[in-house]
Amino acid sequence: MGNKQTIFTDEQLDAYQDCTFFTRKEILRLHGRYHELAPHLVPMDYTNEPDVTIPLALIVSMPELNENPFRNRIVESFSEDGAGNLSFNDFVDMFSVLSETAPRELKAIYAFKIYDFNVDNFLCKEDLEKTLNKLTREELSPEEVTLVCEKAIEEADLDGDSKLSFADFENMITRAPDFLSTFHIRI
Amino acid sequence: MAYSVDFNLRPIMELELESLRGDDTAQDSMTGTGLESGSRETLEMEVLTTESRDRLASQMSDVRERADERSEESIQTNLLVRKRWSTTTLRVLSSMPSRSIGQQSRLEIISQCNIRSTQLRRYHRQTQDVSLSSRPSIRGYGIEADSEDVCEEETKRQELVNNLQSLSAGDRVRMLRATPLSLAEKTKLRKLVFSDKVGQSLLSSQVPCCSLLKRALYHIWFGCLFILSSLQLWQVALKRLGGRFGTGVLSYFLFIRTLLLFNVFLFLINGLFLVLPQAIHPPLHTPSSHRVTGLELFTGTGYLSNSLMFYGYYTNSTINTSCRPDEITAGTGCGTTSDPHMMAYNIPLAYCFTIGITFFITGIVLVYSMSKSFGRSFRVFKSQGNMAIKVFCSWDFKVSKKMSVRMQSENITTQLKELLSEVKGGEEEKGRLSGMAVHLLAWSISLGSTFFCALGIHCFAKYMHLNSTLRRHEDAEGEVSVVHEARLLALPGVVSCGNLLLPGLFNLVSWMENFNSPIVRLYVSIFRNLLLKVSILGVLCYHWLGKIAAEPEQHGLQCWESFVGQELYRFLLVDFIFTVLYTVFGEFLWKRFSQGVLRRRRKPVFDIARNVLELIYGQTLTWLGLLFTPLLPAVQILKLLLLFHMKKSSLLVNCQASRKLWRASQMSTLFISLLCFPSFLGPSCL
Repeated sequence: MGNKQTIFTDEQLDAYQDCTFFTRKEILRLHGRYHELAPHLVPMDYTNEPDVTIPLALIVSMPELNENPFRNRIVESFSEDGAGNLSFNDFVDMFSVLSETAPRELKAIYAFKIYDFNVDNFLCKEDLEKTLNKLTREELSPEEVTLVCEKAIEEADLDGDSKLSFADFENMITRAPDFLSTFHIRI
Repeated sequence: MAYSVDFNLRPIMELELESLRGDDTAQDSMTGTGLESGSRETLEMEVLTTESRDRLASQMSDVRERADERSEESIQTNLLVRKRWSTTTLRVLSSMPSRSIGQQSRLEIISQCNIRSTQLRRYHRQTQDVSLSSRPSIRGYGIEADSEDVCEEETKRQELVNNLQSLSAGDRVRMLRATPLSLAEKTKLRKLVFSDKVGQSLLSSQVPCCSLLKRALYHIWFGCLFILSSLQLWQVALKRLGGRFGTGVLSYFLFIRTLLLFNVFLFLINGLFLVLPQAIHPPLHTPSSHRVTGLELFTGTGYLSNSLMFYGYYTNSTINTSCRPDEITAGTGCGTTSDPHMMAYNIPLAYCFTIGITFFITGIVLVYSMSKSFGRSFRVFKSQGNMAIKVFCSWDFKVSKKMSVRMQSENITTQLKELLSEVKGGEEEKGRLSGMAVHLLAWSISLGSTFFCALGIHCFAKYMHLNSTLRRHEDAEGEVSVVHEARLLALPGVVSCGNLLLPGLFNLVSWMENFNSPIVRLYVSIFRNLLLKVSILGVLCYHWLGKIAAEPEQHGLQCWESFVGQELYRFLLVDFIFTVLYTVFGEFLWKRFSQGVLRRRRKPVFDIARNVLELIYGQTLTWLGLLFTPLLPAVQILKLLLLFHMKKSSLLVNCQASRKLWRASQMSTLFISLLCFPSFLGPSCL
């Protein structure tokens, strides 16, 4: 816009604007947030694309993620090494997918990843149980948890392998009217 | 979003990939490709509009033909891809194993090409970590490609890039944004695709004013919605109650809120058109010397009887906006109109119209909300696939405060338990023939007690009115004693006692009946309470309108409407007082009793049926009284506000969620329809 900033080149900002759901201002603001997570680690000058990652523990200390029961899985799903270390690109990507204007298909892909605790591309019974326990803070009794998992798999499983593939998951998502608004983090 | 709609190849690819990972031979054939979960998602990038998709598909199929292995399948693939199958057909085809197996390697290669070529160029450090990492592309791929493959990949990539270039700019951007690749990948792709436009964002050249405006409006709109939703009354408290006690109890409190809104509406309209003009131009008449005792507030007599509260106060003529209103009291003929130059406000007409219109609008709103909640409850009732949706889509990721997160957790837990109980309840239907006799007994007890109660009230009311007539004849000089005033409270007191005790009896009876499902028990309870209230109100109406209105002079009344208004006012107040007493002593003491004496470990459960019918009864009285007492909605508003907070505290302290949670999806419907039919139509017919 009008301000002269030296964090990114114009080309970089354009690229970010085209590839994510953020505007230039928001990208700069995100960089500020990223920087304040680890000020001595993150350089202020990103023009030569430094290879800097922030560990999981620092990312989940952000107020937007701090109380979320799925915070670890969210960060792991967007990290390249799978261990939760986010580069700035990953950071922006994460909030872009979780932003308001991201389309349903994209969100469904990442939601599936988040709920897939053992990363085997299926939502099996153990994944569901872990999800439920995180959702309810372990308030349900084990029998109730088992029952809920069985019923959920029974409802959503289309190919009959007693676990949910991405196709099953996506099919279920299309029937949920408020998925887009709940799978959304405001930053 | 046109781009997101018709990607026909996707289901094929996804299914292949799933079967692919278990298929070792296919893996080997792909020159050491590390099969990633992400590779499937790279295929997502081919979300194109129909024409470009076909073009791409045809190119892909060209490539396939070049491969040596499985040429037969390639022909099949071509067939599959070139014809314009509909999405559903493709889905069905993709689920047939014979069709899908052959295509894996082909399409896999192409997608891999597109990705690996980039990393071959840039990344020297290659982790051989082929583990199922989270991110698609970049570091997870094993890179053992030889130069031949590289060339092939390069060409493929170039083709893909060309395809992207052939799309319109908006589509390109949308496609880029929607692909589940990592950001670095996307940036590189973008650089290649849009190399002719380097240095310029695609969007910046195309952002016209109107889209900026749209964005601004969007933000404003969401801001407004947010403010509106935060203004909703008692939002936080309701969330807490719903989370802890279930949707049944929540529906009761929602009902209180609904009633409150109705009454506020009534009060505003009446106040604006009726009370305010009259208050500004009070009628001049000799004020009788009443002793001001505190009892006036309860009985509505004394100085209140000649105030704005009651019908008798309102002038039976037109008010002029000049200084001298006519002052003829009710009961005599109409006053004269005055100078036509001044604005005339016809009070009787205003009275009729205002009240008529409020009734009309209330009726419309009631019917509308009833139909809406019927529709909603049917939809909820029909969709059976709720459990999975509740597990995966109900957590709101926006919530970040600790308390809110805990509340949300509680809410979801309760909802899941309710859903579970519905599932289980549907499976435990048992027939009980032996209970028939018990049911008959229970019904006869409840109906009999209702009948006797009504009869008792009828006799008592007759006695009271007879007595008051006699007494009026006795002290004809107009001196009223405090005792006499207090006697006026006797009838309301008796009625409220009946209202209090009989639901307890009904509870006992239904405990004896021992229903299996809590919903049936609730409905039966509601029905019995409803019968009780209807019969009591019927008797009272008969008395007021049948006896008193017909012969007011016999009862020594100057203005029967005022008297009825006062009666209703008294009823409302006494009812409220008894409710308070019951809540404080009844629920609290019962809890102590049950925990101390009966040694039950659980606190008592909130009795929804009784409380809801109390509310409906109160609202019926208000509607009945509206004609005679325009300010009655104000009393009702105060009462509801106090009731809400009182019941809430009592609930939190004394009660506990019932063991069998059930979903109250049709509760609000039921309450509103109960409100509408007996309660509203009754007074409106008068």
